[in-house]
Amino acid sequence: MLEMKNVTKIFNPGTVNEKLALDNFSLTLEDGDFVTVIGGNGAGKSTMMNAIAGVWSIDAGQIIIDGTDVTKLSEHKRARFLGRVFQDPMTGTAASMGIEENLALAKRRGRSRFLKTGISKKEREEYKEKLKILDLGLENRLTTKVGLLSGGQRQALTLLMATLQKPRLLLLDEHTAALDPKTAAKVLDTTEYIVTRDHLTTLMITHNMRDAITHGNRLIMLMDGKIILDIRGEEKKKLTVEDLLHKFEAASGEEFANDKVILG
Amino acid sequence: MNILNLLNALPGAISQGLIWGITAIGIYITYRILDIADLTVDGSLCTGGAVCIVMVLSGQNIYISMLAATLAGMTTGFVTGIFHTFMGIPPILSGILTQLSLYSVNLKIMGKANQAINVDKYDLLVSLRYIKGVPFYQNPIFIVSVSIILLVILLYWFFGTELGCALRATGCNSNMARAQGINTNLSKVLGLMISNGLVGLSGALLAQYQGFTDINMGRGAIVIGLAAVIIGEAAFKRIFHNFGFKLIGVALGSILYYLVLQVVIWLGIDTDLLKLLSALVVAFFLGIPYWKRKLFNTGYALKKGGNNHA
Repeated sequence: MLEMKNVTKIFNPGTVNEKLALDNFSLTLEDGDFVTVIGGNGAGKSTMMNAIAGVWSIDAGQIIIDGTDVTKLSEHKRARFLGRVFQDPMTGTAASMGIEENLALAKRRGRSRFLKTGISKKEREEYKEKLKILDLGLENRLTTKVGLLSGGQRQALTLLMATLQKPRLLLLDEHTAALDPKTAAKVLDTTEYIVTRDHLTTLMITHNMRDAITHGNRLIMLMDGKIILDIRGEEKKKLTVEDLLHKFEAASGEEFANDKVILG
Repeated sequence: MNILNLLNALPGAISQGLIWGITAIGIYITYRILDIADLTVDGSLCTGGAVCIVMVLSGQNIYISMLAATLAGMTTGFVTGIFHTFMGIPPILSGILTQLSLYSVNLKIMGKANQAINVDKYDLLVSLRYIKGVPFYQNPIFIVSVSIILLVILLYWFFGTELGCALRATGCNSNMARAQGINTNLSKVLGLMISNGLVGLSGALLAQYQGFTDINMGRGAIVIGLAAVIIGEAAFKRIFHNFGFKLIGVALGSILYYLVLQVVIWLGIDTDLLKLLSALVVAFFLGIPYWKRKLFNTGYALKKGGNNHA
């Protein structure tokens, strides 16, 4: 479903701030894989996602989504393959537009936009049904401006938008990190529900080791732009946070220094 | 200080306000919807006037001339859009570059710094001579009001279409727009074209109305337009929530601006100072949201997502 082959990305090349963010990075995802991604700050997690999404072009390597080489495609052209939810709840939605208008924008992802009406009556009914899944009462507030919603509500809505048309690949970039624990748990539950229901191939970055272990069928850990741990199948099911810490130390040769990851 | 002088001047002020209202609606589209302060308008207003007058002088039909003026305006917006999206120049600088180049272009269109047209010899749609003593359907206030209503209906429809929604999303949150597969560069170019097309049309009407086009007629158009947008929003924000009515509110704001201007002139202020006053008033009102946020820490919930300035 996704193939990243020897992807390299260097930020600020030739300056004192030069940073090798992805180092000959390769990753292959099978159809239906739900992969959780952990790693410290600056490990390359978000860089990996932005490389897939095409926020900027990569310096070397190749990215293939569902058989299509997207390496040279611009961000908006790749969007038809991808559903994306960002860390900042402000990023995923248009604040000055209504809930239904945001959903209608997502519904048309990857299609040509011309002078047809922005939202049809039939769609409104569909959105009402889909919003009920979130269990936030948004189904009765279709015309409410998204800017008036809470961060959790906006993340849940962004998640719904990302999966409104089945994406080939769902990218979740720490989408619960900015939320309070209760809201985060709810958004994560909804994520699990939708991913399982639609059998979505998913990449989820998280700061929380427990979440990374509980969810998905494969876990990868990144450090310095490389995958240093790759655990899947039965081995992942039996994994504990302690195991993970030991494995990290063995793989990296240093102690895990990020409290937020351990305690989060 | 004869009050009759003021009353006599009011219909003229309303007509001018309405004609500038079309410019203001154009500026609303770039400034409020696309989140771009587009300085092209200072040049494209004159381009519209010049194209219209020169075509009419050469014997063209007035409607065709006005359509050509609109298209000329759209072309100027296209150029600014290309400067911004294709060449990566910041939007304000892109507008300034187009504006400056239009100074030469406008001179070439007109052949000299100004071009007069006599309403008695040519068949014009609006003229300040028609303010009084003509049937109502020839009165510029009536004609421009009807034009504005038609334009607002057209814009209301457009911004409800898929393409219009894409444009609004681009202005609101360009990161989100790209993630939803919207070509934000295309949206910006399109928005600038629509906006400057309206400004060109407004210039064509203004040139007919005053009976001449002048190389300096667009100077400060962006400020007048912004003033109209701000006044319109401040005066009608509690009444007009619907997008179409907001646009009407902007046009009414432009009328209010010209009425106030007329009163200020009537009060006997040195007219040389008018542009200074306009700029200061606009600066004051543009500063209000910033100070509101600073003092009361409000408005966070409606803050736009992400960094939209490409």
